[in-house]
Amino acid sequence: MYQRERERERERDYREEMARSTGKDAQALFHSLRSAYAATPTTLKIIDLYMGFAVFTALIQVVYMAIVGSFPFNSFLSGVLSCVGTAILAVCLRIQVNKDNKEFKDLPPERAFADFVLCNLVLHLVIMNFLG
Amino acid sequence: MVSGGSDSNSHLFLPQSLTTSFQSCLPHNIFLNVWGDGINCWQALSQSDGRWRYSSNNPESSTFAAGIALEALSGVVSLASSEIDQFMIGAVKNDIVKLFDSIEKYDDGTFYFDEKLVNMREQQGPLATTSSVVRGLTAFSSVITESLNLPGDKILGIAKFFLGIGIPGDTKNFFDQVDLLACLENNRVSIPLILSLPSTVISLTKKDSLKVKVNTVLGSHAPPLTVTLVRAFSSSARDNSIIENQELKFDPQDAVYFLDDLPASFDVGEYIFVFKMLVQDSEQQTVYATGTLTQVPIYVTGLIKIENAKIAVLDSDLGSVETQKKLDLAGESTVSVSANHLQKLRLSFQMSTPLGNAFKPHQAFLRLRHETKVEHTFVVGSSGKKFEITLDFLGLVEKFFYLSGRYDIQLTVGDAVMENSLLREIGYVELDLPEPPENASRPPPQPVDPYTRYGPKAEITHIFRAPEKRPPEELSLAFLVLTILPLFGFIIGLLRLGVNLKNFPTSAVPATFAVIFHLGIAAVLLLYVLFWLKLDLFTTLKTLCFLGVFLMVVGHRTLSHLASASAKLKSA
Repeated sequence: MYQRERERERERDYREEMARSTGKDAQALFHSLRSAYAATPTTLKIIDLYMGFAVFTALIQVVYMAIVGSFPFNSFLSGVLSCVGTAILAVCLRIQVNKDNKEFKDLPPERAFADFVLCNLVLHLVIMNFLG
Repeated sequence: MVSGGSDSNSHLFLPQSLTTSFQSCLPHNIFLNVWGDGINCWQALSQSDGRWRYSSNNPESSTFAAGIALEALSGVVSLASSEIDQFMIGAVKNDIVKLFDSIEKYDDGTFYFDEKLVNMREQQGPLATTSSVVRGLTAFSSVITESLNLPGDKILGIAKFFLGIGIPGDTKNFFDQVDLLACLENNRVSIPLILSLPSTVISLTKKDSLKVKVNTVLGSHAPPLTVTLVRAFSSSARDNSIIENQELKFDPQDAVYFLDDLPASFDVGEYIFVFKMLVQDSEQQTVYATGTLTQVPIYVTGLIKIENAKIAVLDSDLGSVETQKKLDLAGESTVSVSANHLQKLRLSFQMSTPLGNAFKPHQAFLRLRHETKVEHTFVVGSSGKKFEITLDFLGLVEKFFYLSGRYDIQLTVGDAVMENSLLREIGYVELDLPEPPENASRPPPQPVDPYTRYGPKAEITHIFRAPEKRPPEELSLAFLVLTILPLFGFIIGLLRLGVNLKNFPTSAVPATFAVIFHLGIAAVLLLYVLFWLKLDLFTTLKTLCFLGVFLMVVGHRTLSHLASASAKLKSA
């Protein structure tokens, strides 16, 4: 009987330790990610910020649609898809501009930026047409 | 005109009017040869049956040609009156009599001449042929001294033929008709006298009298006559004559012969009156053709008494009367009865003539019309004066297509001699019939009122789609602000990252291009805003083309400058 209690105590201690360690592990992971991210060049950070801004805007529009219903559905779609589309184009730009990416070593970043601008303009023309 | 050669004898046929005018204006001795030529023609062209040929070449003989020949011969006789050979005149008279042997007739006593030629291109009809013959013979009879002995009833028959054809549609036929009647009006053969009645309907209620007129063919006065009603009998009982040998009195004012009062035994119905007329002056009897007897159908009309009209509903099995209502057929009142399929409907009434005899009308119908306009007609049977019809609904259920409901009853009683014929809505019967079985026949479709089918239809009011529920304006504005917020967040983030414009070209030309590049992008975005607000796609695309090309040129310049600048930096 005494032995069983001791076993249970040992199990409890073990679980607490695991929890603590996972908590500690999560924190350690988060810290490492932050420090790694701080090392990225500023241009990429700008693009990431732009992406976040676009996705956040899309989320707000979805919340609005959830509240009021999707009556002018074309407007909702054009709004959400413009945000999502520009975010995707930003991702493409980030891939092409990133110096660590071996595939696009020979592509000058200005060229990638020009493509980004052109594609955005076309996207926004279509969006404006669909906006209604 | 007149010629000596024998081959041109056909030119001798001149109308009599022309010869008369020649006779009056030219001296007499020029026409010495006329008589000789006339005899030559007669010998050459007249046939033994009274007909003539058109020319010596044509073997066919024609009655029409005979008429023309007689007319011409009458002209010849009037021109050469001193040379007349009585033998020839007699021969021509015989020819005329023989010509009358070929006359044709109809059963009603009318006579006419007709052609039966084979080779002639133009076949003259009976009107033209008869007219030509009568013209010829009346002309001939007017120039000779003796009289032609022609049967007067045939002349009268010809007159009746031409009076009986109405107004011909063809102008030539109309001329022939009027010309013939004018010839017969006053001729030396025999003048036909026509008996006619202004009205062949005598009304007992109005106490009409029988009136008879006698005239010549064109309506001129006839000489004094004795007109007798030889016999009058009902068309259903021909042997029993009601009136015999009644002389009609003459009314000089209206020039009619009339019979004052019909005897009291005249009931309503159809009769045939037979008349005979005789010229009073016995010397003039040969001048006029009166014929023998003239039969005229006469209708005597009157009010028929309809009484004891009643409608009853009977029980089918026992025949006992369940409801009985009196009908007033002369008035306007209506009755209503109700019956089911186990019962019978009986309508009965009595009809009698003014003299109290039984009367059978031409039409005695009972019609039942349903609300859906489906109709059924029945004949009302009679025995003597009593008229009765019994509708046994048990047997009629299928004929009525199992339609229950209200049936309008319509009674029709009519006849030509009935002055008070009636077609009346008597009332209605509520009929209760059983339900139709599966395979019962449907009633025939009734004709649709064309106005309901082809007339204007009801107006359709378009119900527009109810507009969707829109969110309140404040909520929308709030979310508009919320959507703009991430932009500010982006700008704040950019500032926190420490962005700078260090790479912006500083020297003049590239700087301008860079500025223009940014302005170009702004212009395109502004164009998009205008497009959303008011422009259409085509103008937008047109403007976008120009802006786009411009932007690409400027952008290429700017970005290539930047690229070369950074490349220089990398290599250095």
